[in-house]
Amino acid sequence: MKAVEFENVSFSYQREDDENRKFAVKNVNLSVEEGEFVAVLGHNGSGKSTLARLANALLQAQEGKIIVMGMDVSDPAMQFEVRKNVGIVFQNPDNQTVASIVEDDIAFGPENIGVPREEIGRRIEKALSDVGMTQYRDRMTSALSGGQKQRVAIAGVLAINPKVMILDESTAMLDPKGRREIMQVVKRLNREEGMTILLITHFMEEALLADRAIVMNRGEIVMQGTPDEIFERHEELETYNLTLPGIGALCKKLQDGGMPVPYVLTPEELAEEIAKCVFRQNG
Amino acid sequence: MRIQAERLSYSYQAGSSFSAYALKDVTLTIEEGEFFGIIGHTGSGKSTFVQHLNALIKLPTADKKFKPKKPKKGQPAPVYPSLVIGKYDLGDKKTNFKELRSKVGIVFQYPEYQLFAESVYDDVAFGLKNFRSELSEEEKTVLVRDAISAVGLDYESVKDASPFDLSGGQKRRVAIAGVIVTRPEILILDEPAAGLDPLGKKEIMELLHSLHRDWCKTVIIVSHDMDEISENCTRAAVFSHGELKFVLPPSELFLHDEELKALDLDIPVTAKVRLALKAKGIDVQTDFTEEDFAEKVLAYYKGVRA
Repeated sequence: MKAVEFENVSFSYQREDDENRKFAVKNVNLSVEEGEFVAVLGHNGSGKSTLARLANALLQAQEGKIIVMGMDVSDPAMQFEVRKNVGIVFQNPDNQTVASIVEDDIAFGPENIGVPREEIGRRIEKALSDVGMTQYRDRMTSALSGGQKQRVAIAGVLAINPKVMILDESTAMLDPKGRREIMQVVKRLNREEGMTILLITHFMEEALLADRAIVMNRGEIVMQGTPDEIFERHEELETYNLTLPGIGALCKKLQDGGMPVPYVLTPEELAEEIAKCVFRQNG
Repeated sequence: MRIQAERLSYSYQAGSSFSAYALKDVTLTIEEGEFFGIIGHTGSGKSTFVQHLNALIKLPTADKKFKPKKPKKGQPAPVYPSLVIGKYDLGDKKTNFKELRSKVGIVFQYPEYQLFAESVYDDVAFGLKNFRSELSEEEKTVLVRDAISAVGLDYESVKDASPFDLSGGQKRRVAIAGVIVTRPEILILDEPAAGLDPLGKKEIMELLHSLHRDWCKTVIIVSHDMDEISENCTRAAVFSHGELKFVLPPSELFLHDEELKALDLDIPVTAKVRLALKAKGIDVQTDFTEEDFAEKVLAYYKGVRA
């Protein structure tokens, strides 16, 4: 079954009669299978966050059709169901905390959709263990680190039992350690629990975990493929203001200097390729 | 202005049973003209250190009620932490702290969340209202205009705009303009590139170099991003559990890869590749900037070829 389907979707934040209307999302066709892990790449303002908000009916598309788990998101009667199925974790951990105690915060979602009390308890337990925060159940949310707060935010989404989780630059405000924590949780949810993941990010290395990556530019999907395929087309990526961080830049500098190294993604691979070049020369 | 910190210690909730050192015996000199980096984990003490630099946290000896303890017989007189920035002694209660704060500007993390005024002009001018109230409106306008231009924005087109209508990158620039408008000699930025995409990061770092050239003598950045440190800084200090572990230029700092890893800190990409190459018997000496590293690897490659 398809988890999320976009058919010729366009959206603008401006009024329809505005002559200079710009589209934040333009003619997007996208289909995500259940259990798939898709990374959405794009520079700031490329339309990737708008895409997330459309998928969970926070915004309504002006053109086209969006189907989530078989439901049309434009149908007002279905919006509640859609939101139960699609959870979003946003960028700023502090903006997503609603309660002062961790377990209360996680209970907020299921309480709102009328889950019975005993069941809420079970869901909190499961969600906390899923994100590795069981021992923080009674802690103050304000005393958590950024990475921990984001894990609580993910637990809050999990407690609603969604089929699809969208992470909208959820690691952008975290330090490298917090970022790793979140990515481990996301990876496990996808691999072991079969959760459909839509990961919106501009950290190229995070996209490596995905089955498929799409690149957005000015509201349109401009590239699609496996992360490896996408990264190989680095020159095209650069035209969309996306650069491979560090390692990609190094590859390019070496290539420009006349060393035949291919594009690689990890320091170890690059060392391997450099060694190949050097030893080949050696005879 | 040179920054001289000696035996700087600080504990939160001192005297209570929760008391823990946030900063422990830190002695550090930052010279005028440096592009200095501060590295450390959340909770390493780096923010506590930075807050001392513009007296957001005052030294105990600068407290109005401070009286030096009389040493007990046979014991040496107590030694207090000291912090001197240029002509300002931050341990002295008679120091003009207001003036100091206009000379040491701090841009906090995600400064765009601190914008508040109705127009970009008012937001940037706010610092002048506090620090330079003696100026006429005309003089203020000149300073505000210069600050907005210095951060790479077009004064005429943004001055009347609401700061909330700007893009994220522009907002961050406005916030920086609001700090540099008082013409600080030392500019400190906490994670200036956090949350930006690769292009935004590059632009912000270019902006900081241009400010370093034309505007503020000393720039200090607090960063998690080791590539940012290796590419930009003259020297960097590493904090861990309130203590100062290293103060070195990047070219020497990242040779301590094992120690940095033990502190749970990352190393730049160039250092990682260098290590992996070393394991294969290829030893490359580099200052860890991308430019230099690529050059050295190419030289090695061509040396082998010759």
